Amino acid sequence: MTPTELTALTVREAGEVLARRLTSAAELTEAALTRIERVDGRLGAFLKVTAEEARAQARAADERTARGERLSPLDGVPLAVKDLFLTKGVETTAGSRILEGYRPPYDATVVERLKAAGAVLLGKLNLDEFAMGSSSENSGYRPCRNPWDLTRTPGGSSGGSAVAAAARLAHGTLGTDTGGSIREPASFCGVVGVKPSYGRVSRYGVVAFASSLDQVGPLARTVGDAALLLRTVAGHDPRDMTSSARPVDDYLANLESGAKGLRVGVPREWLAAGLEPGTEEAVRAALDVYRRLGATLVDISLPHSRYGIAAYYIIAPAEASSNLARYDGVRFGIRAPGRGLREMYADTRQHGFGAEVKRRIMLGTYALSSGYYDAYYLRAQKVRTLVRHDLDLAFGRCDLVAGPVAPGVAFPLGERVEDPLRMYLADVFTITANLAALPALSVPCGKDAATGLPVGLQLVGRPFDEANLLRAARALEREVGVFPAPEVP
Amino acid sequence: MSISLEEVRRIASLARLKLSPEEEQRFAGQLSAILAHVAVLEELDVSGVEPMTHALAAGEVAALRADRVLPGLGAETAVAPAPDRAGTHFKVPRIIE
Repeated sequence: MTPTELTALTVREAGEVLARRLTSAAELTEAALTRIERVDGRLGAFLKVTAEEARAQARAADERTARGERLSPLDGVPLAVKDLFLTKGVETTAGSRILEGYRPPYDATVVERLKAAGAVLLGKLNLDEFAMGSSSENSGYRPCRNPWDLTRTPGGSSGGSAVAAAARLAHGTLGTDTGGSIREPASFCGVVGVKPSYGRVSRYGVVAFASSLDQVGPLARTVGDAALLLRTVAGHDPRDMTSSARPVDDYLANLESGAKGLRVGVPREWLAAGLEPGTEEAVRAALDVYRRLGATLVDISLPHSRYGIAAYYIIAPAEASSNLARYDGVRFGIRAPGRGLREMYADTRQHGFGAEVKRRIMLGTYALSSGYYDAYYLRAQKVRTLVRHDLDLAFGRCDLVAGPVAPGVAFPLGERVEDPLRMYLADVFTITANLAALPALSVPCGKDAATGLPVGLQLVGRPFDEANLLRAARALEREVGVFPAPEVP
Repeated sequence: MSISLEEVRRIASLARLKLSPEEEQRFAGQLSAILAHVAVLEELDVSGVEPMTHALAAGEVAALRADRVLPGLGAETAVAPAPDRAGTHFKVPRIIE
């Protein structure tokens, strides 16, 4: 097989050709590394490429295959993870200068699980600093660009994860989603991205942003690949006290069961909310596909979802201000010289954090400060209850909710950097699922007529109903197809 | 809701951030704009609404694990990534003058 044919393989196809010994993990890995070297200078998907480690992992996978001891369908398949996951001995920065040079002493549980499945890890993917952002422009290291149009953002914060999957740099990737950070970049780059239910995937060894919202999930070119990756990393972890003890469904078992009989709830507020025309068109076309496939569209109302942004931008910064207190120049990362302990803390944080991170720490500290707690954090948590209640009511009448992922397609680099509130508004539809702790995904549903850029459809499900979400996404994918490789100039 | 420069400095101090004068100016404006948006929450009557203090439903998490000693990283490994250390201790600037 040619290098182009090799990098074009989906995760599942790669696993199959490896099992049938039509290629080797070493060849797949070389093809990926060569492609990264050739195009990633322009894309900026990777913060670090671990070529030597990847080659060694590939050799070990090939030896297992030769002995007839393949560990899993992922054995020998080149993947990559967002640089928010701790990787033992491999620099982990969370996209922040404050963690420059940090080599964690252990692997995140999800990294451990990928390694145990035999996956080859190509490196660490670019992101908004500490996963705070919707464009990946807040990376402390290098810009990340949309492979469909290099003048636009790939979305964020898991921008590198979406770009690597879309541009065929890795067969599949992992990201994290606190307010839309998997789904928005997946939509902008034309790949599938899944934010599982809160508690479905372990967060042990994942740099914490907002602990009541953060979840880990896959980004991949096909729904089947996302299902396989999710099945591999999901499940209880005794080291994460928020990890659910529920058994993990086999997300591949009913993937091809179609959409017939499915009740698809369409929130009237989401389609009346000033979408870009091309996005609205693509989303409505996808809803028509479901109708044609025998699903029923149900008009539903999520009256509190419009308060989601406001509640989120209290809860997430408040939790972040607490979580990021640990970056003080003592235990990891950089330390700025400063006379006395207090000055050293302040200098280190001033030096190490970027503008958006400081802004959120300020906002969160303010919201939690004496006299403001009830007015902000407590009120936001009550609104969170109302947002969840809307969804609980809706699920009495439908099996899943469908709507846009973002109000529009990938926006130009630089457009919103100076206007944080405008940047935040990109999260209006994705935030609902994080606040409600529900599983949600983005699946490509078409192109924006004006720009030709990808548009994703968002599906939100009942708690721990990832299997049905993936089945519904697959039904759509079968009709609209998978995006081809973008031509990276 | 408008945040004064003085308030910005107070919050920065609570957050252990040292901001430049230019950052103080910018954050005062930006935080005011964000909080003005957040004020929409005041439209809602939340009396009698329980706050969502846990993202997982009760009974979703496993019972507490058994109280058994498990191997840890060990002090040497744990302090290895520190920017400054002495043996297996984190070293910090002098606290008491």
